[in-house]
Amino acid sequence: MGETIQSVERAAAILRLLASGPRQLGVAELARALGLPKGTLHGILRTLVRVGFVEQDQATGKYRLGATLLHLGSSYLDVNELRTRAINWADALAGRSRESAWIGTLHEGHVLVIHHVFRPDDSMQTLQVGTYLPTHASALGKVLLAWDPYGEAVATPLQPHTKKTIVDPGQLETELELVRTRGWAAEMEELTEGEVAIAAPIKDSRGIVVGAIGIRGAVERLAPEGHLHMEFVSYVRDAARAITRDLAR
Amino acid sequence: MPRPHYVAAIDQGTTSSRCIVFDQAGNIISVVQREHRQIFPKPGWVEHDADEIWQAVQGVLAEATNGLDVAALGITNQRETTVLWDRATGRPVCPAVVWQDTRTAPLTHALAEHEGLFKEKAGLPLATYFSGPKIRWLLDEHPGLRERAERGEVLFGTMDSWLLWNLTGRHVTDVTNASRTMLMNIHTLAWDDELLAALGVPRAMLPEIRPSAEVYGHTAQGVAVASALGDQQAALFGQTCFAPGETKSTYGSGSFLLMNTGHEPVVSKHGLLTTVGYQIGDTPATYALEGAIAVTGSLVQWLRDNLGLISSAAEIETLAKTVDDNGGCYFVPAFSGLFAPHWRSDARGVIAGLTGFVNKGHIARAVLEATAWQTREVVDAMNADSGLDLTTLRADGGMTANNLLMQTLADVLAVPVIRPMVSETTALGAAYAAGLATGYWPDIESLRANWHKAAEWRPRIDETVREREHRSWKKAVARTLDWVEQ
Repeated sequence: MGETIQSVERAAAILRLLASGPRQLGVAELARALGLPKGTLHGILRTLVRVGFVEQDQATGKYRLGATLLHLGSSYLDVNELRTRAINWADALAGRSRESAWIGTLHEGHVLVIHHVFRPDDSMQTLQVGTYLPTHASALGKVLLAWDPYGEAVATPLQPHTKKTIVDPGQLETELELVRTRGWAAEMEELTEGEVAIAAPIKDSRGIVVGAIGIRGAVERLAPEGHLHMEFVSYVRDAARAITRDLAR
Repeated sequence: MPRPHYVAAIDQGTTSSRCIVFDQAGNIISVVQREHRQIFPKPGWVEHDADEIWQAVQGVLAEATNGLDVAALGITNQRETTVLWDRATGRPVCPAVVWQDTRTAPLTHALAEHEGLFKEKAGLPLATYFSGPKIRWLLDEHPGLRERAERGEVLFGTMDSWLLWNLTGRHVTDVTNASRTMLMNIHTLAWDDELLAALGVPRAMLPEIRPSAEVYGHTAQGVAVASALGDQQAALFGQTCFAPGETKSTYGSGSFLLMNTGHEPVVSKHGLLTTVGYQIGDTPATYALEGAIAVTGSLVQWLRDNLGLISSAAEIETLAKTVDDNGGCYFVPAFSGLFAPHWRSDARGVIAGLTGFVNKGHIARAVLEATAWQTREVVDAMNADSGLDLTTLRADGGMTANNLLMQTLADVLAVPVIRPMVSETTALGAAYAAGLATGYWPDIESLRANWHKAAEWRPRIDETVREREHRSWKKAVARTLDWVEQ
């Protein structure tokens, strides 16, 4: 057998221990279980936290497996699978709201449109599946950024698309905090003038956000006098919850 | 009294019975589903317990309409499945013989001398699916049954007829279901003495043939039972294919294309079936050409279950998108021969054009393209038979979630492919017909207004590429022939 790297073996042993039960573990417990000095462990844990394989609980200081690790391997949700599972709910959302329905996932810093249902008014529309939307200027993107398990930073400078696009990183962070608090995102003429969009998160069985679903339409219909009709917000959130329930099965 | 708000449809399918309630805009209000047993007594035999199905239908109907004000009830059903029951007791006298059951294969061979008669008068080829040979088999095999049938003590019905008997007490069937028995003359829409004689089926056991949409009677709760349509015909109606040339394709394990051909039956010269599309009240019947493709979605399942190349059916799109084209590889899934329009039982499946370059992504592409090219073959046959040109294809069924397949279909057919907003087109068709018969919807135009595009795929490849690929597909098809030595 060839040479092995000791610190990688130790990192693997830590991950195995953290995966062995539902309990979070502190440095002292890990040190006892592995028979290693705390100082050695701290260095390895710091590295694992940085790559996202391990997370540290803010309150207790104890460690657990990170979201990034959960994304590895067979648990990955195929985008085409997501579309298949969501298609009936997206149709129902378009039917109830009388607006176009959209599903997006994060792809290399952009929103990839993986499903699009036409606005049911038989006007000329073009299928937008496979196109990209900017994350900071779209409702779908804000949802995906707000719950991004990888916590990737948005590429700056933030490009303006209209006069209302959020271009200040600090303001975007405040907006994402609002999205997390409310559980949904709005886009008020930030991508296209005259257009408004609403989106909510789709979560998989582990509670990780795997996509966003929403509607897009004219500001006169969705937000007359500049205020979103909450009826539309509830349609979007209902659809997101229904797909989330379906994925948990 | 306030106007009733909803219309309900029973979708009595091969594996389950469902009840779906719709509102006036065609939106789904509730869905309840119950499965029933598939009984396999011998290889090639498939039976259902008609009593069990009636219990299931009563259950889903009660649950789905509970607390709702329902104006009318429609029925759509698995076609050709044959039920015989005792007129006096209302109980089945034997298990129902399911459409997939092949026990009548020797019988259909023995009937070969009448092939021209069946094609001309019934519009159907000699195949094991249809009800007539199934009735004949049951009457031959069960001692005393023929005599009781001749006296009208034992009755025949397809699933629509069995449910209508139980719901309303009448022994009737709809014209679309009757067109799948081989006993009805498709020109006169009446039972035909010559067909009855050829199959040896007594007239006394047959239901009365009625239009697809009229009030047949009322349930015990007083709801008008007002439509019956075979499942594929119901999907045609639910897709609002009301004009000649309008065509729908339902993509499931296999796929069914139906083209509206107007008020005259078109006898196919290209291996398609002639069938009744629908008949609304006293108006003339609308006919359809039908082409069935045996293996479409089931080929994707085969890739998952038999080769393990994907872990879910949806992943085929991901795998196929790892490459830009089929790499020269073509897959003809003639697993049990080639059906419409070829009808070659000696053919078996091939993967053609293999080189060292071809990988699993190319094979995934070839699998999706196989569904598109098989659709093209049926569409070409339909265009040739009907003299009409397909201008758009209305697609429904589970495989419409596959974006790459829908784009490939548009590319191969050279027409736009459209997915409608309500994917439950079968149940919707039965609901529409029942709603028309009772005045819930005023006319066919109001149904068209309910139909909305959810997505549309337009052709993206040019004619030279299409023609080159078509030639290669045809060469691959030629390589499937003469495999089984008969």
